[in-house]
Formats: sequence, C-alpha cells, structure tokens
Amino acid sequence: MVLKVDPSKKWTGPTRPYDIIKEGVIAVVVVALLAAGLSLFFSSPDEKAVTLKSWSNTNAPDFVQTATGELAGTTTSAGYGAPYNHAAKGPTLGPLKLQDWAGVRIPVDPATSFVTEPLAILNDSSTNDAVTAWKAASADQQGKWATAYADALGKKPDAVSLEDTANAFGPVPTMISSLLVMAKTGALDGALTTSDTPLPTNFTKPLLFLADSEGYFGDLAAKQHLGGDQWGVMNETGSWPGQSWLWLFSLWYQVEPFKSSGNADTLVMTLMGFLTLCLALFPIFPFIRKLPYKIPIHRLIWKKWYARKL
Amino acid sequence: MSSTEKNWTARLRKSTLESMEPQDLLPDNQPAYVASWIYVFGVLTIASLVMLIATGLVLTLEGPAWWHVSSVGHFWNSMHLWSVELFFVFMVVHLWGKFWMAAWRGKRTATWVTGVIAFMASILTALTGYLIQTNFDSQWIATEAKDGFNAMGIGAFFNTLNTGQAILLHVALLPLAVGIIVVWHILLVRRKGVVPPIDNDATIEGGAF
Ligand code: HEM
Repeated sequence: MVLKVDPSKKWTGPTRPYDIIKEGVIAVVVVALLAAGLSLFFSSPDEKAVTLKSWSNTNAPDFVQTATGELAGTTTSAGYGAPYNHAAKGPTLGPLKLQDWAGVRIPVDPATSFVTEPLAILNDSSTNDAVTAWKAASADQQGKWATAYADALGKKPDAVSLEDTANAFGPVPTMISSLLVMAKTGALDGALTTSDTPLPTNFTKPLLFLADSEGYFGDLAAKQHLGGDQWGVMNETGSWPGQSWLWLFSLWYQVEPFKSSGNADTLVMTLMGFLTLCLALFPIFPFIRKLPYKIPIHRLIWKKWYARKL
Repeated sequence: MSSTEKNWTARLRKSTLESMEPQDLLPDNQPAYVASWIYVFGVLTIASLVMLIATGLVLTLEGPAWWHVSSVGHFWNSMHLWSVELFFVFMVVHLWGKFWMAAWRGKRTATWVTGVIAFMASILTALTGYLIQTNFDSQWIATEAKDGFNAMGIGAFFNTLNTGQAILLHVALLPLAVGIIVVWHILLVRRKGVVPPIDNDATIEGGAF
C-alpha cells in the first residue's frame, strides 16, 4: 500500500523517540576523538615561509635576474595591470573588463616599489648616484639599459653581476648589486613591508616580488606539487590533504579551453559562480530535480521505512 | 492591515517565537522514518563546526606565530586542520544525501539554498584560513589565489597578499557569517520538520513543488 503524504504538511503519522541533544553531544565527542587521533597520527604540515632574504641567499642569480626584469618591465607584476598598476588591461569577460574597472587600488610599480624606493634607504653614495642617473633618464633609455643587462645575465645564468664592457647597462648593475646586498641581509624584506605602513601586516610587495621568481619561488612550489597545472589550488605541501573541496575549481585549469586561455581565471571563476547558482537552483532545475526519483537511492536511505509492516 | 500586522515587534515575534512550538525546536521524538545513518551527517557537520570554533579559539590565544614554535601550538593547529577536513567530508556527504532524498520537497527550498550558502561561506572561510598559516603554503596560495580574485575585480578589495586582512576576516566576519547561516539552516529544518520519504504517489510529489 502507498501512504499518501504531502511533504509540506506537518507529519501526523507514527513517531519514534529521539534525543537530539544527546545525539549532538555524542557527535561532538566523536569528532573530537577523530580529530585528536588524526592529529596525533598525521600532525599538520608547516613548510617554513620564504623571504627575499632566503631567496637571495639560496639563489642569488635568480634574484638578480628577476630584479633586473622588474626594471626592464618584463616580470609578471611589472606587466600586471589593475589592481597594482596600469601596465595592462588584464583579463576580460567579453565586454566586461572587471579587473580593469576595479581600478588601481593597491598601487605597486615594481621598478619603483621593489628597486629604487628601497635603495634610497641604503643611503650609499654610489647607489644614490646610480638611482639619480636612472631617474633622470627617459623611459626609453631606462628600458634599453635594463633590457641589455637582462639579456647579458640571461647568457650567463650563474652570474650575480657583469662588467659593462660595451657601456650598455648604465646605472643598472650598481643598482641591482646594491639591491642584492640589501636582500641578503634581510633589509629588503623590511623595506618592502614598511614602505606604506610602519607596522607591517601586509605582504603585498614582497610576495609579488617573490612570485615573479621562477627559479626560486616557482621552483619550490613545483617541488611541492603546488603548480597551477599540478592541481595546485587544492593541494597542500607534503602529502597532506589540502582544500580538496576545490577539486572542481582546480579541474577546469587542467582542461581546454581553459588550460591555454589567457583569460582562464575569469572564465573559471565565472563558470564556478554559474555552477554554484545551478546547485542552489537544483530544487527547481527541470531534469535534475527529478533525478532522485529516477535513481532510487532513497530506497536505501529509507530502507527501514519502506520495509515496515502496515 | 490590522495593527498587530503593522507592529514590527509583533511581526518579529510571529515569525520567530510563534512560528515554532518548543516541541518543534527541541523535540524528544521524530517521525518514524527518521531512521537512517544519513541523518547523522548534518549533526556531524555541526559537531565539526563546534570543534573548529573551539580549536580556532585556542589558536588565537598566543598569536599567529605561536604554532610554528610550540609543539602544543602545533597540536592545536593539527586539531584545527583535521576538524576542517572532517567538516567538509561530513558536509559533502550531507549535501548528496539531501540531494538523493530530494529533501527540498514540501516548500523546503530555503533549507537547501541556505545549505548552499553555508557551503560557499565555509569555502571562503577555509581559504582565508589557508592564507593565514604564515608559512610557505600560505604564501603560495596567496600569490595563486590573487589572480582569480583580481580577474573578477574582487582582488582590489579583498587582497589575498594582505595577511592582516585575511587574519581579521578569518577570525571574525567569516566564522560569524557561517555561524549565522548554519543557525538559520537548522531553524528552517526544525520549523518544517524532517522531510518525509519519497513515496510512490507522483501526483502528490508533483504537487508539492
Ligand atoms: C555548514 C554546513 C551545514 C550544516 C552544519 C548543516 C546541518 C544540517 C542539519 C543538522 C540538518 C538536520 C538533520 C539532517 O537532516 O541531517 C540539516 C538538514 C538539511 N540540510 Fe544541511 N547543513 C549544512 C550544509 C548543507 C548543504 C551544503 C546542503 C545542500 C546544498 C544542505 C541541505 C539540507 C537540507 C535540504 C536539509 C533538510 C532535510 C530535511 O528536511 O530532511 N545542508 N542540515
């Protein structure tokens, strides 16, 4: 026999005793024990933070190349656009330039913010002369110097400084060598975190600078299988589970057309926003709301109820 | 409109205190069909949330650097992390359980939607948690996640590289938001009562949407 029930009406059929407070208390105890067991067995990962200091001491050539790239305008942050600078329009969604419209709210001009501003703190006369010469030059001239030095460093990947035999590098080698000195002592970390505020809680500048490094920061991440093409968003350092609930979000970055799209971030974020809306709308979604009737998993869930004697 | 309908206080009382009997809010019996392991997962999700708040509060006591240098701190960090993992596992099982039960029937759409909002708010809370680990993982996640938020124009306001901002969001606004939405979700369930099983009578099921 089929019992006819209207699910929007209050239940008037048979009931059974139930103690929800007891159930809740037991659940808390169970979860506490599970978490304690997992913590004792597996602990949690804590891979030490990196700094401009650790970078420049571990891989000075990579630091020198990246810093020169900041002057040449060839790094990721130098060409980023909003919210840091006006170097690019950033990703778009058709006619929607969301990134650009939000504006430059966190101004970071890498050549100035990462190199010339911190060098002023060093207060060394030859460095000051180099910075003055740099600032006095036209943008075109600055570009030529920095690019020439970057190209020369590119040919000598282990070098931390080069002689200017062809007189093509201008003040760039002096500036970069002084910056390396600051970085190695840790002074650059301090300079970049205190340039906007005396008490640092904001690591935008040092992190943008670090993220421009492929030879150090990117390499460390790849070793920890954290790269974007390695499902990085949902992974954790070591072999701990990370944000596995981001699996669908991560998945799109591994497949076309997203994988090779310059607009992948906007596309994936928009798609996930849309899919979340769909999930919220399941109760009124034409085909999907009928699935639980077509695939009768509820027969298992309410097995006892369906098997009852009437 | 009668005068009580215009009275804000009366309206609040009707839609809250008078919308439920004490017996609905804290029942000592349930419909006979409420007999399945699947019902446990909602409660386990709440229990994990309780553990998250408790272990998170322990971690606030000595500041963000504490757990890197103290083994006691590290243990509480592990407790917090594993509570998060359990929280999401239980929540996802709960979500699919409710899906296969078509638990939105009988005007329970709002319960489903508040569940989805709780899920999203939890993901954002977890992300800010990962951002404030103050270790290599948090540095890497910050530099990766910024591109996603920047691409939507959100990064100009929520800056993943600003650790101070992430700390405050993670310990104040976001857990509060998750807490409020979960309380709302559960009050909706209590008020409506647990959805009855899917029965064979399709006309009634159909009419309930
Ligand atoms: C923080 C996350 C959540 C918590 C703490 C939570 C907690 C609960 C609890 C305790 C119940 C009642 C007992 C039970 O049926 O299990 C419930 C019911 C329900 N939940 Fe959730 N839930 C969460 C997330 C979700 C999500 C993500 C969804 C779906 C998208 C969802 C959908 C539902 C529905 C539809 C019901 C009503 C079931 C019925 O009337 O039988 N919940 N939730």
